[in-house]
Amino acid sequence: MIDKIFPSTEAALADVKDGATVMIGGFGTAGLPNELTEALIAQGARDLLIVNNNAGNGDHGLAALLAAGRVRKVICSFPRQADSWHFDRLYREGKLELELVPQGNLAERIRAAGAGIGGFFTPTGYGTDLAKGKETRFIDGRWMVLESPIHADVALIKAERGDRWGNLTYRMTARNFGPIMAMAAKTTVASVHEIVELGALDPEAVVTPGLFVQRVVKVARVKTGAGGFAGAAAPAKAA
Amino acid sequence: MSKWTKDQIAARVARDIVDGAVVNLGIGLPTLVANHLGEGKEVMLHSENGVIGMGPAPRAGDEDYDLINAGKQPVTLVRGGAFFHHADSFAMMRGGHIDICVLGAFQVAGNGDLANWHTGAPDAIPAVGGAMDLATGAKQTWVMMEHTTKSGEPKIVERCAYPLTGLGCVKRVYTELAVLDITPEGVQVLEMAEGVAFDELQKRTGVALGR
Repeated sequence: MIDKIFPSTEAALADVKDGATVMIGGFGTAGLPNELTEALIAQGARDLLIVNNNAGNGDHGLAALLAAGRVRKVICSFPRQADSWHFDRLYREGKLELELVPQGNLAERIRAAGAGIGGFFTPTGYGTDLAKGKETRFIDGRWMVLESPIHADVALIKAERGDRWGNLTYRMTARNFGPIMAMAAKTTVASVHEIVELGALDPEAVVTPGLFVQRVVKVARVKTGAGGFAGAAAPAKAA
Repeated sequence: MSKWTKDQIAARVARDIVDGAVVNLGIGLPTLVANHLGEGKEVMLHSENGVIGMGPAPRAGDEDYDLINAGKQPVTLVRGGAFFHHADSFAMMRGGHIDICVLGAFQVAGNGDLANWHTGAPDAIPAVGGAMDLATGAKQTWVMMEHTTKSGEPKIVERCAYPLTGLGCVKRVYTELAVLDITPEGVQVLEMAEGVAFDELQKRTGVALGR
């Protein structure tokens, strides 16, 4: 019998080790697995390498993990937000290493890891500061840059529904990095708002097949607020 | 000298977007273009965070923060719209499936180089997002920006002083003064706002203009 359902976020994250590479899904605040990130803070692992599109909003979730001094390095595409004050401070104080990656290269590097690809040539970033020192090649009439896969020990992702095999569906733009991070990590922990019986998810609508997911944990639905730019920033509101 | 308003620039960009086009509108000024696409034209709006068929902002009270755009603002989905993950979203750009992207810019060079992600200031926190992917991936990259900086310096220049986003990627520039095409033969004026004289436009532009 296969049963990937975990009773709590704490149980699902109990074995995260110091120095681990942890992918965290989400774009802005859509798809951010905040309950899992809070559990990671409580669990206590430190010296972490975090992969996320952003670098935390406000004072919760990833921002709180950074503020707690648990993170050595962040790989992301867009750290600067109206409410990214914890990242901003740590970065300016030199307490946090940043690897800035164009968003599509970030996504493809994650996907490549999950797909067993050893590297790929992409036109994105060629001739810019973000491709400095990287191998280049002229392919099909364009200059391209060699990019490498990003593997993770753990991925924390937020999905909508899941079953005990780990099959997942998502909700609208909260899908974002979830499916590819699930592929790239040794242990993928998915929070879902609903756990359903095996067979209840339409097989044609499953987005992440269960083999990419090791742990599923149910969390309450919380209405998320918009993160991001000045004017769009608003705190998370309880449902 | 009269100038186009931001909405007039947006309307001018929208006029050049043909029925059936797949379009990505960048954060900031370019998002205004969505308000001017008009009736009788079907345009598929793509957003990097995994949605195509983006509709207008929801009515107050109907916001759903699982349905947002690249600027993290709540949006809606039109009939026929679809969701997908990030690797697919950027495959759409890199793979040449997006017809037009409209981006803001700090500077555009006469050879089409674009600088729009980083001022290079030592205390600035760099953030690139999807700007490089869009600039190099879309079939056509258009820039919508103010013609000069706040202090009056040209933003269309011989060589970008700011760190580059993409090399030779910009095909067209829309400003409050003019519509310009970037061609191998140089920067060509397609249209000027009413009352703008060519000499005035040239004075505010860092490269020689053709017409």
